[in-house]
This record gives sequence, structure tokens and C-alpha cells, in this order.
Amino acid sequence: MLTGRTLSARLGTLLLTLWLVSILVFFAGQVLPGDVGRVMLGPFADAQAVAELNKRLGADQPVLVQYWRWFSKAVTGDFGTSLSMRGPVAPFVLESLKRSAALAGVILVFLLPLGIGAGIVAGLNQGRFIDRLIVLAGVSFGIVPDFVSGLLLLIVFGLWLNWFPISGVAPDGAGFWTSSYYLILSALPLVLNLAGYIARMTRAGVIEALAADYTRTAVLKGLERPEIIVRHVLRNALTPTIAVLATQTGYMLGGLVVIEALFGIQGLGNLVLNAAKGRDFPMLEAGVLVMAAIFVLSAAAGDLVQALLDPRQRRRSPS
Amino acid sequence: MMELVEFPAPAGRATGLPGRIWNALPELPPSVVIGSTVLLFWVVCAVFGDLFVPYDPYAEDFLAMLAPPDALHWFGTDQLGRDVLSRIVVGSRDILLVAPLATLAGVASGTVIGLVLGYFDGLVDVVGARLLDTLMAFPFIVLVTMTLVAIGPSNFTVILVIGIAYAPLVARTVRAAVREQRERDYVSAARLGGESTFGIMFLEILPNVRETILIELVTRLGYAFFSIATLSFLGLGIQPPSADWGLAIADGYGFLAGGKWWVVVFNSGAIISLVMATNLIAQGIGAFENGDR
Repeated sequence: MLTGRTLSARLGTLLLTLWLVSILVFFAGQVLPGDVGRVMLGPFADAQAVAELNKRLGADQPVLVQYWRWFSKAVTGDFGTSLSMRGPVAPFVLESLKRSAALAGVILVFLLPLGIGAGIVAGLNQGRFIDRLIVLAGVSFGIVPDFVSGLLLLIVFGLWLNWFPISGVAPDGAGFWTSSYYLILSALPLVLNLAGYIARMTRAGVIEALAADYTRTAVLKGLERPEIIVRHVLRNALTPTIAVLATQTGYMLGGLVVIEALFGIQGLGNLVLNAAKGRDFPMLEAGVLVMAAIFVLSAAAGDLVQALLDPRQRRRSPS
Repeated sequence: MMELVEFPAPAGRATGLPGRIWNALPELPPSVVIGSTVLLFWVVCAVFGDLFVPYDPYAEDFLAMLAPPDALHWFGTDQLGRDVLSRIVVGSRDILLVAPLATLAGVASGTVIGLVLGYFDGLVDVVGARLLDTLMAFPFIVLVTMTLVAIGPSNFTVILVIGIAYAPLVARTVRAAVREQRERDYVSAARLGGESTFGIMFLEILPNVRETILIELVTRLGYAFFSIATLSFLGLGIQPPSADWGLAIADGYGFLAGGKWWVVVFNSGAIISLVMATNLIAQGIGAFENGDR
């Protein structure tokens, strides 16, 4: 089984990464703009007002003091006061996180069967027409920017065919299914974008497993083909796919920024984008830090699941 | 006692990837030919577009706002009555300037970082790898958004930011390739021959990983087109009044619900053709390298 040492080492690197991210976030948000007060109030603002605002924000203090003040509060969940919303940042981040999670859920519900299924079909039919078709379609959808495919889907399915509402937000009081239905059109661009990649990874895993010795042994043992595929090929082929899925979380978070802007969903992506445009630094820092945390956590979760599935990785101790 | 003999390359047959591509030009994969043709078309538009556009791309016509495509305006007009076709032709200019420069910046800095991390063991590699992980822990768009806010959006900042974002990705690939080369005999030979560390990294190893770098360059270029169009759409990239596809889509997007589809559709087509073309070339070169096509 997984040793406590493996887990604590992983947790250690995870916290280290998050800490480094917090430094980067803080410096990009507070220090790079130079005079924060001037940036917020604009070039024509009164110099005294700028100085006053800087004092109120603590921006007149040395950088390290500012960072420590921010960091010591942030670890307790207090990300400060939003400059545009005139209230604590944390509840806004939490609320938008929920909306983004709903969207991510809809994306995964479509993405996993589509990507893995297509990959298995392609891998089992390597070199045939269906294989080439799946790979070509996957690559093509994978390179079209999300907002372009999102708009084209919106035009075709939202405006011409009228199958889906063109907004990603259901009316107030809508139930679970209605809300999910409103999210389908918003989810599709990212589903299409990522499915090809996941299919390619699954396909490579299937092809590798098909050629492996254990599969040959299983064939020679006289096992039935379906049993070989499910028990030997797929079990081994899907392990790398899980790792890939975890690394794509970062891409998905970036995609949310675009998709949420396009379909008017007030999620984490829109929060970061609007905070950036409105120069709401506390909000921006909190949003980015939450995104980074999600990314780092899912990468770690991917490693863990992979270790649980692959007996070889359990014995390997971390260096 | 063994003599070190230099084998000269056979005359008339260039070695190395560019040379081999030149030799094999007649039998290049069709994907490379198609991709290059489309890319070349956009380059011609970017450079000479002003000479053959049907209308002044910046001329507003308030009597023909959002006119649907017809014989006069093949792709219709936008919300200010400007000719969409002319603006698409000229709109290739900024993206075709910014994307290659950004890619070059990212690949060049990533290559240097990758060489250093790949060549050295110990603390340099450990600390470097952790820093790369941190940079990559940022969702790309978020990294870009933050930096653009910090220093303000402009063509120059877009180049800078995409360069920063790509450097760790390139560095990781180059690092892996360098690790593979580091144990080879020619590196040991150079070391025994007293060559400096700098010389070994840049004169011995670098030429041997150039194919990895070339493929990385073309692939990243495709993603740079992708990213720059997205940034423009979000209002963080190329700024008005420049004619730009992503900007045009952002402007035309609000008129979709009223059935005015042409601005969005034709500009989307331009973006799709550009990223597809670049990707075809990248795939063609990759397949060419692997000996199949």
C-alpha cells in the first residue's frame, strides 16, 4: 500500500508549489503595476488621493511587509476586501467556484465517455479508417480556439436549430436538470477540445497494452477476446489516461475563462477576468490562487490514483 | 591507438533537417504542402493586403451598417459599416507579426533553460524543475491575464507574456532531449578534450537536439495563433483600432442573436484556417521525422 512517507512527501511538494505560486501571484498583482493607487485611480487622479489610497491598502509599506500581511491572512481564508464589490473576497470566490464546478461537472460527464470510448475504438482498430477518422477529428477540434468552436456551436445549435438556450445561465429557481441542460452548450467546446487529446492518449495506451507480453500470454492461455480486452488491455491502458486527465485540469481552468465570458456564466474564470479588467487586485489574487490550488491538487490526485492502479508505483519510494 | 577521423558529409547531399526537407521537397507530405500554401496566403495578405483589398478597411459607412453579404460586400459589413472582407485580409497583419515573435522568444529562452537544466545535475536541476512546475501550475490564460493587467495590454506585452508562458513548456521538452544526449560518447569526448561547459552545451549538444526544437517551434506557433486570437477576443491582446480577427469576433458577437452572423463566421473561418494550416505543417514535419507520413 501507499506509505505514509510517500503521502507526506507529495503533500510537502504540493504546499511548496502553492507557496511559490502565492509569491508569484502577489508580485504580479501588487508589485508589477508599480503604484497600485495610481493604477486604480487613473492618471488624472489627485496625488494626495493616490497617496491616501496607497496608505489605506498598505501599499506604502515595504514589499515584504505587504506580502507577509497578505499571506498570513490568506492562509486563514481571509483574502481581504474586494475593491470593486466593497465586501470580503472569499464569499464571491466560493460562489463562483460552485458555478464553475457545475460547468466542469457537465464537461466531465460528456468528456470521459467520449474521449476514452473513442480512444478505445481507435486503438482496437489501429490503422483502419475509423482509427484515422477519430485521430483526425480529435486533432482538428483540439486546435480550434475554444471561443471559435463555442461561437460556431452557438450559431448552429442555439440560433439555427434552437436545440439549446444560448445563455449558460438557467432562470432563477431552475432545478438540477434544467440548470445542467443550460450548461450543455457551454460545455461542448471544451469537451470537443479535450476529447481528441484524451482519445489519443487512451489509443496509445491500448496499442501498447495490445502488444505487451501479458496480452500475448492471455491469448495463449486461451482467454476469450472480450475478457482479454477488459481485464488485461483496458486496465493497463487507462492508467496513463488518468495522469493525462489530471494535467489537463489546468487547460480546462483556462478554458473556463473564455467559455464563461462567452456564455455569461459568473464562475471562477469570469471572476478572474473581471477582477483583472477592473484592477480588483485582492479578488484577482484570490481567484488565481484558488485556480492554482485546484490545478496542483488535481495533479496530486492523479498521481495518487495512478499509484493505486499501478502496483509498480507503490513500491517506488520518493527520492 | 585510434585516430579520430572526421567523416565529411557526402557532397551535394545536405544533412540535417532543413537540408533533408529541401532534398525531399518533391516528396513532402501533402499536409505540409497544403499547410504551407494556406500560411503563405495569409503572409501575402499581411504584407501586400493593402494593395488588393476591395475597400479601405478602416472606412466607416453609416448607411451600410451590418449589411449582409452581397455582390458589393462579399462578406458583408460590420457594425460601423466597414467591409468585413477587407478587414479580414488586413487583420492577418498583427497576429502574423506577434505570434512568430512570441514563439521565437519562448522557444529561445526555453531552449537555454532546458539546456542548463538538462546538462547539470543536483541543486540546479531540482530547483529549476520545481520553478518550472510552479510556472506551469498557472492555467495559461490566467498567467497571461495577470501579467497583461500588471503591465497593460499591447502587442509588445503579448509577445513578452506568451514568451514567458511558453518558456517552461519548451524547457521541459528540451531538458528531456538534452538528458538523452548527455550520456553519449561525443559529449564525454568533448569533455575529455577540454572543451568548456558552455561549448559542450551550445556547440555540441544544441546542434543534436535542433530537430526537437524545430518541431517545438512549429507546434508552439500554432498554439500562439490560438492564444493570441483568444486574448484579442477577451480584450487583453491586440488593441483597437487595429483590424484583428479576435477583436472583430468580440465586436460582432453581440449581434448574433439578431441574426447577423457574417462578422463572426468569416472571422472564425480565418482563425480556423490559420491554426489548421500551422498544425498541418507541424504534424507533417513530425511524421517526416518519424519516417512515416
